[in-house]
Amino acid sequence: MKRHVRKWSRRKETLFIGLCIVSLAVPLCLLFAMLIDVALDGISRIDWQFLTSYPSRRASSAGILPGLVGSAFLIVLTAVISLPMGVGAAIYLEEYGERGRLANLIEVNIANLAGVPSVIYGLLGLEIFVRFAGLDRSLLAGALTLSLLVLPVVIMATREALRVVPKTLREAALALGATRWQMVWRVVLPMAVPGIMTGAILSISRALGETAPLVVIGALTYVSFLPQDPMSAFTALPIQIFNWVSRPQAAFLENAAAAILVLLVVLLLANVVAIVIRNRYQKRIG
Amino acid sequence: MLKNPENSPRFVVTQLNAWFSAHHVLRSVDMLIRDREVTAIIGPSGCGKSTFIRCLNRMHELVPGAKVAGSIQLDGEDIYQSDVDPVLLRRHVGMVFQKPNPFPTMTIRENVLSGLRLTGRLDRSTANSVVESALRRAALWDEVKDTLDKPGGSLSGGQQQRLCIARTLAVDPSVILMDEPCSALDPVATARIEDLLHTLKASYSIVIVTHSMQQASRVSDRTGFFLSGELIEFGDTDRIFTAPTDRRTEDYITGKFG
Amino acid sequence: MSEQRKHTDRAYEQDLETLRQRLLMMAARVEGMIENSIRALVERDSELAHRTILSDRVVNRMEIEIDEMCLLILAKRQPLASDLRFIAYSMKMVTDLERIGDLAANVCERAIALNKEPMVKPLVGISRAAEIAEAMIGQAIDAFVKRDVERAQAVLDRDNEMDAMYRDVFKEWLLLMEGDPAVVDRGIQVQSVAKYLERIADHATNLAEQVIFMVAGRDVRHHGKLTAPVE
Repeated sequence: MKRHVRKWSRRKETLFIGLCIVSLAVPLCLLFAMLIDVALDGISRIDWQFLTSYPSRRASSAGILPGLVGSAFLIVLTAVISLPMGVGAAIYLEEYGERGRLANLIEVNIANLAGVPSVIYGLLGLEIFVRFAGLDRSLLAGALTLSLLVLPVVIMATREALRVVPKTLREAALALGATRWQMVWRVVLPMAVPGIMTGAILSISRALGETAPLVVIGALTYVSFLPQDPMSAFTALPIQIFNWVSRPQAAFLENAAAAILVLLVVLLLANVVAIVIRNRYQKRIG
Repeated sequence: MLKNPENSPRFVVTQLNAWFSAHHVLRSVDMLIRDREVTAIIGPSGCGKSTFIRCLNRMHELVPGAKVAGSIQLDGEDIYQSDVDPVLLRRHVGMVFQKPNPFPTMTIRENVLSGLRLTGRLDRSTANSVVESALRRAALWDEVKDTLDKPGGSLSGGQQQRLCIARTLAVDPSVILMDEPCSALDPVATARIEDLLHTLKASYSIVIVTHSMQQASRVSDRTGFFLSGELIEFGDTDRIFTAPTDRRTEDYITGKFG
Repeated sequence: MSEQRKHTDRAYEQDLETLRQRLLMMAARVEGMIENSIRALVERDSELAHRTILSDRVVNRMEIEIDEMCLLILAKRQPLASDLRFIAYSMKMVTDLERIGDLAANVCERAIALNKEPMVKPLVGISRAAEIAEAMIGQAIDAFVKRDVERAQAVLDRDNEMDAMYRDVFKEWLLLMEGDPAVVDRGIQVQSVAKYLERIADHATNLAEQVIFMVAGRDVRHHGKLTAPVE
């Protein structure tokens, strides 16, 4: 009897591990299939000319320069706007804010905001930045809109990172006669950098791939110039891709595939930079 | 019966009560902590001994819902007066914690200077001598003088704890509170810290919370026994550990249950 | 000191209990030696005296054993407060008990010598002194067992009685010896026995003082009263 039970439980365990492997393999396979498909379609289109040309009515001479540059500007601006704000908000909530019903309410709301569809942020951006603030269809309006979008994620990731800094180190700083601000600035934040960077990677990557909010606020789809300053009109890679995908000609679909590959590479590069920063801090923390 | 009646009082604690929200953790504690002495606080877990020393540098109030009533005078001044800045108080009353907690992002040198740097009082011209003198007083200088730029976390547990003591000394406090400073250390490291205490008490007033009765009996001049938030007995260490007067003290230090 | 709480560590409790039992066994042995030595003297029983002298070896061995137990407990348990006082007490108590055993053996030796000579007179005073010494030892041990400070104090109070008794016996035999030089040899032997008994009583006093120290934590040596601690 005993032996039987043990056999059965061992079989259950094997079954469970099997299920886990399957649920990991299915999405991985799908993802790879998609990547390979895109790569097969697009790899032949990628060359220097593709990267440095403006869009064109002829698919073979069209390039992604404005989208690439626009995306780069957009990401840098978004990071510059959302990181200080998000980190600041998180510090306030985590280190200064009173624990209470209001804090709980804010916490729940931030978590919910992270799940709001991005189109909604686009509508909000359109109303507030484009129309009310009169920024028009500028890079700044786009960056501000994307900042709204990523802020909840940045705040949550930062709070999480702040929370894991051991209490003993906070107490050590306070016991040395540091004020709360000195403690946060010199002890807690340096230790939280890796965690904050992880949050930043995730959110900036998300912003890099967003199309809907930019479409809503009216980013251009056909741009034959590079943005000069934050008030310039702009386009972004995802929009370029979106535009090409919606065309009937097969050559433009090839262009879209190539642009997707470029976007993926840019994303990976952004992640690499963030990971390097994170690791450098982590090493010091040891 | 006091052994060194000539040592002047530093802390005069009168009718101290402390709460965590509705939980009454210290009940009417009266105590006199003298200069240039080691005062040991013993008692079972949850008896309020940690809370007690955290009241002495106003760390207790950092916990949400914490409350304090009564008075604690440090050198004649009530530290719970509204015009006393707890941040400044903590520069006079240093604290060493249970687990060695050097700042992991800083080197040994930076750790020693961290108190000054955190509070923006670091004078670069004297930094080197501050580092050396604090490390010397913490009996760590000879072991780390060639590795000052290594991370503080690279040291052994006992060295880390002495680094934390050096960090506290660098701020130049007059009182040092220690919350079970040896509970994470091996016997050799513990002996080094205890030896250090004997040297340090020549210049500081030291209050140490400990779970080890043997440690209290070795290092302290006076011992206070806490139980359920009350100070049951307080007196000369030599007497407390050979002939305590209260039955509850006796049962605790001889290891009897009840 | 009514209900005693037990140690959380039961092995430690057991160690202390074993030590207590050993001490009691040794005390009982020593008590028996005093009784036998006096009987050997009063009843002129040399054979009993020989046996008693031999039994001193057992007492000596017990002293060593108990000392070792105490050292082991000190090393392993680092006792504090009343436990510490108990161990310290035990180490002193065995020394006193061992000395008492030696003194009883000395009495036996004198008894053997005296038994070879005709009796001068019945040893009434000596019997009385022996009774007191024995009673003091018994009471001191009783005080130890019951952790009874008052009983220990009673032992201290009887020491004066013993001293008076010793002086009486000493004087009585001095007079006898002055009257008849032929009894000088035996007289000195009897006086020695009285001296031994007086010393036994001194050791009993030590035991009682240490009981008071062990139980109450107050040192009453050299001033003999429970109260009045000196500053």
